[in-house]
Amino acid sequence: MSDKPTKGTSEGAINWITNFVRPKIKGFFNARETPENLWRKCANCGEMIFHRDLLAAQNVCPSCDHHMRIGPKERFAALFDDTYEELHAPEAPADPLKFRDERRYTERLKDARTKTGAVDAMQAAKGRIDGEDAVVVVQNFAFMGGSLGMGAGEAFVSAARLAVAQHLPLVMITASGGARMQEGILSLMQMPRTTVAVEELREAGLPYIVVLTDPTSGGVTASYAMLGDIQLAEPGAMIAFSGPRVIENTIREKLPEGFQRAEYLLAHGMIDAVVHRHKLKETLGRMIRLLMKPLPIDPAKTNGSGGIVPVKDAALMPVPPEEE
Amino acid sequence: MQPYLDFEKPIAELEGKLIELKRLASDDSGVDIAEEVTRLETKAAGLLRETYAKLTPWQKTLVARHPNRPHFTDYVRILIEDFTPLAGDRAYGEDHAIIGGLGRFHGRSVFVIGHEKGNDTKTRLKHNFGMAQPEGYRKAVRLMSLAERFRLPVITLVDTAGAYPGLASEERGVAEAIARSTEKCLTLTVPLISLIIGEGGSGGAVALATANRVFMLEHSTYSVISPEGCASILWHSSEKAQDAAAAMKMTAQDLLGLKVIDAIIPEPLGGAHREPESVVRAAGAVIENALGEFDTMTPDEIRRQRREKFLAIGRMVPPGG
Repeated sequence: MSDKPTKGTSEGAINWITNFVRPKIKGFFNARETPENLWRKCANCGEMIFHRDLLAAQNVCPSCDHHMRIGPKERFAALFDDTYEELHAPEAPADPLKFRDERRYTERLKDARTKTGAVDAMQAAKGRIDGEDAVVVVQNFAFMGGSLGMGAGEAFVSAARLAVAQHLPLVMITASGGARMQEGILSLMQMPRTTVAVEELREAGLPYIVVLTDPTSGGVTASYAMLGDIQLAEPGAMIAFSGPRVIENTIREKLPEGFQRAEYLLAHGMIDAVVHRHKLKETLGRMIRLLMKPLPIDPAKTNGSGGIVPVKDAALMPVPPEEE
Repeated sequence: MQPYLDFEKPIAELEGKLIELKRLASDDSGVDIAEEVTRLETKAAGLLRETYAKLTPWQKTLVARHPNRPHFTDYVRILIEDFTPLAGDRAYGEDHAIIGGLGRFHGRSVFVIGHEKGNDTKTRLKHNFGMAQPEGYRKAVRLMSLAERFRLPVITLVDTAGAYPGLASEERGVAEAIARSTEKCLTLTVPLISLIIGEGGSGGAVALATANRVFMLEHSTYSVISPEGCASILWHSSEKAQDAAAAMKMTAQDLLGLKVIDAIIPEPLGGAHREPESVVRAAGAVIENALGEFDTMTPDEIRRQRREKFLAIGRMVPPGG
């Protein structure tokens, strides 16, 4: 409503339209959207959070620490030091099965693209995390539940290959309900396909670090999401193969408190650490430095040994067998 | 008497009549029934041929799950000499849903690994209906490592509705176990030949089927999720399983068209359960032939072929599936 319709009159027809018509539309949206946009309710504690505070907190609830789901844009902004370069995966065949349930798959796909502005559920970018170059892949739960189909599979494979070509670590931030059923067997085949890409990273001696976020399940968990050299998870993230409802129907009993949450997996030895979103950038940077730069970075700190820290010979000697 | 599937009812009636007729004739040898028997036999065979020539994807799903369908144990009994099962994952337990071991196939030592569903209440419970827990997949990884070390080919027989969705299974990391098994398949430098003999259910199947050559029996299925599961998620009703089975393109014929598998092994008229011995031998010939293709390849070439094969899947999908 703040636009001044009179300003455009001297600037030609196009500006006249934008200046004259837009205020109406803005007014329409303002009435409806303002309360939702400026304040967001935490799904966990119910606290109303001002959008700027939420943004500053990387979508972690300031009152209960609940980690809200975020997409690739927010994640890249949170992890990369400054600028980053988005990668564009080769295009995958659209709707190869001509799949139709209650709606056409092509329609669902179109809706998801309009809603998110993304081509598919996985986006990769290259940039610097805490000073360290890395390729980061982020799964977008808002795009058809982050489901793994041919598009996402292709994005993962090409991101891994870029990492290999440029000798960079790959960081994978997962968020997915599993395979994209509308692509049938071709979505299932993304499990071995992405695993081939993981093997290529391994053989190049490059770190593959996985960060499991809420939620990660199904065929995604049963492939690249569980194959990291290091497995991290965000607090409270649901991480599963079969969902809790399916399991309850199978075993006909109530599941224990916190079952399939990040902390539960940590306690059961399935992941390396649960890392708060505010510490993630620093943690990833440190891990990448430790793995990619194994020699002392600052020679001044190494007792003048020229970067190599001597190892006491005794530590390498086999332990003599005890006499009987 | 064999169990009939719902859609086989007219065939069951005819074949029931035949049995009855033959029984009557043996009671009273004075009655000449030869003509009537021939007539009924021709009619039953015709009906069987007609029915099986146009099985719907859902009907194929039912045939793939037929209780009398030859299972892992039948394949091993018929094809493998000196079969020596090897148990355990060396970490937690022994999972009978996946059997594995050493044996001799057409003269050569091989590792055989596969799902076993069981064929009566007792064995079905023992094998947990072919639904493996992490230990099954970790055992498979262990055996594949042995195969690699002794440079022996691996044959996998896939027949599972999927990995077991249980509390303990999740707790001990069934997803990780499946991922590691798929990964192991991709690192092997010995030939890995896989047959989908019944149901190829989701990740639990992929974990053993990431092979140099993947074959499917004519009426077997291979899919990302069961038709019932797909229907309940996308149609919000498990009663739409028939629609889901068709939409997902999960039959052997569909998968060959999508270039996901290498070839189809034909089944006897009326399904593998009618003549288990012959279908198993036919499968043996296909495996023998496939193994031969890798005899002249170097270890590195064998691994590369497998990886490139999977990377190529979907990139050359014919228009319209």
